[in-house]
Amino acid sequence: MRRLQAVLYRNRWLFSRRIVQLLIIAAFAVELAAGGYFAQGNLSSSVWFGIGLTDPYIWLQSLFAGAPLGKAALIGVVIVAVFYLLLGGRIYCSWVCPINLVTDLSYWLRQKLNIKSNYTLSKNLRVAILVLSLLLSLLSGTLAWETINPITLFQRELMWGSVAGATVLASIFLFDIFVTRRGWCSHICPVGAFYSELGRVGRLRVKATQAGACHGCAECIKVCPEPHVLAPVVSKKATYVTHGDCTRCGACLDQCSTGALAMNLSFKKTSAFKGIPVVSSD
Amino acid sequence: MADKTFVAAEIAEPERRKVFRKIFRQLGAATVITMFGKAVLDSRPARAASVLRPPGALPEPEFNAACIRCGLCVEACPYDILHLASWSDPAPTGTPYFVGRRDPCRMCPDIPCARACPTGALSPLLTDIKKADMGVAVLVGHETCLNYKGLTCSICVRVCPIIGEAISLKSIKNERGVLQIPTVDSSKCTGCGTCEKHCVLSEAAIRVLPRELGLGVEGAQSVGRW
Ligand code: SF4
Ligand code: SF4
Ligand code: SF4
Ligand code: SF4
Ligand code: SF4
Repeated sequence: MRRLQAVLYRNRWLFSRRIVQLLIIAAFAVELAAGGYFAQGNLSSSVWFGIGLTDPYIWLQSLFAGAPLGKAALIGVVIVAVFYLLLGGRIYCSWVCPINLVTDLSYWLRQKLNIKSNYTLSKNLRVAILVLSLLLSLLSGTLAWETINPITLFQRELMWGSVAGATVLASIFLFDIFVTRRGWCSHICPVGAFYSELGRVGRLRVKATQAGACHGCAECIKVCPEPHVLAPVVSKKATYVTHGDCTRCGACLDQCSTGALAMNLSFKKTSAFKGIPVVSSD
Repeated sequence: MADKTFVAAEIAEPERRKVFRKIFRQLGAATVITMFGKAVLDSRPARAASVLRPPGALPEPEFNAACIRCGLCVEACPYDILHLASWSDPAPTGTPYFVGRRDPCRMCPDIPCARACPTGALSPLLTDIKKADMGVAVLVGHETCLNYKGLTCSICVRVCPIIGEAISLKSIKNERGVLQIPTVDSSKCTGCGTCEKHCVLSEAAIRVLPRELGLGVEGAQSVGRW
């Protein structure tokens, strides 16, 4: 019993995330007894209990492709954008995106199999792809990234059992295992890049609880999908993870054995606009 | 031993390795970008649709830009006729379409599909389903259609939801006698696909096509202007 509790505790963020992710998939996929689904549509645009939500990045592509703006979609875009803007954009990646299940599995296998190969890709690659996708939308008059976006592909095709969807997922899976650590999500996916930019000022942040609790073991950095965001905190140059790349996955909190880290929602106007605060040395 | 010298050579020339690495990386990036770009430019929307769109769909290029591939129309359709195109389908990935011969549009008076569309890709301005323009029926099989053979099949006419307006029998006379020919009024036909669905032949003699494909487009081909 104790053991179980300990396991649960050490994976509290991981398990919460999995539950949320699976619930979201189920909301779209599991038919209700009364007919219909909890959520209609897919992650491009969906309707939850009568409220429409639309992905701002996909909407932006549509805008670049030259579309008139739909009223319903516009409201949905604002709701979603404000949510991620306030909390932190890449919450989408850790808590909503179904591809995260695949890439996390890849990462886990990579650890288990002790695969070291790591083809370095620039973090700017995904930003380049983001810009490119908007540019191509403009040039071609179609939603460029949506021709291959594995997120909506997953929902459209895999749920309905298609081979095309499975192929794409399999290639991402293998790429992340054998080629680059956290290859897809941290280097290629423009959706993640978009949400990272959107969530620069997000207020749900990882915080160093009190000076002194952190031993500087850097275990959190090892498990973080975006290790660079934690560096300032571990090296005690900052109390908050302020980088937009942080996915709020909580892996660092699960990993930290001293309770030096916490996830914090603070709307106090402390740091984000004044640069990184420095922990006073006592 | 050979291995050792090889390793030594590698270490001795870190610069060369770096350069190679850089070249490979750039080549890789260039390949990916080219493939992606080409795929997108290839999927550039045609002037005309090659598939039947749900009622109220904007003209193809605008539709392709406006539709965000959400599938809300698909789920709203009570008869489940719509599908989001996958890679192997003739429409841009993720866009909704239907195949008349498989499952025609039942022309719901309240047009739930268009009402569900959040972007206006299916126009909210369409309120009368009889004004929908998903395509147009064309009797293509002048040698196979049973009515052309002098029989009275006329199934396509009888199943039409706007019978008598969109399609009706017109008699023509030829050496076989008087024939009752199913004749489409292209200004009334909504392109729902019901006639094609019910044509008794194993491949339909009457086809519902996107308007530009079914009727052609006026104007001269460039060859004609030399
Ligand atoms: S980076 Fe892209 S694929 Fe990865 S979790 Fe975020 S949105 Fe999903
Ligand atoms: S800093 Fe923590 S919450 Fe943020 S991405 Fe890294 S491990 Fe996840
Ligand atoms: S009009 Fe009715 S049957 Fe036709 S596509 Fe729309 S919802 Fe489906
Ligand atoms: S509801 Fe509208 S935007 Fe969504 S797939 Fe259908 S046509 Fe496209
Ligand atoms: S149903 Fe087919 S065979 Fe019969 S009249 Fe119509 S087109 Fe001809």
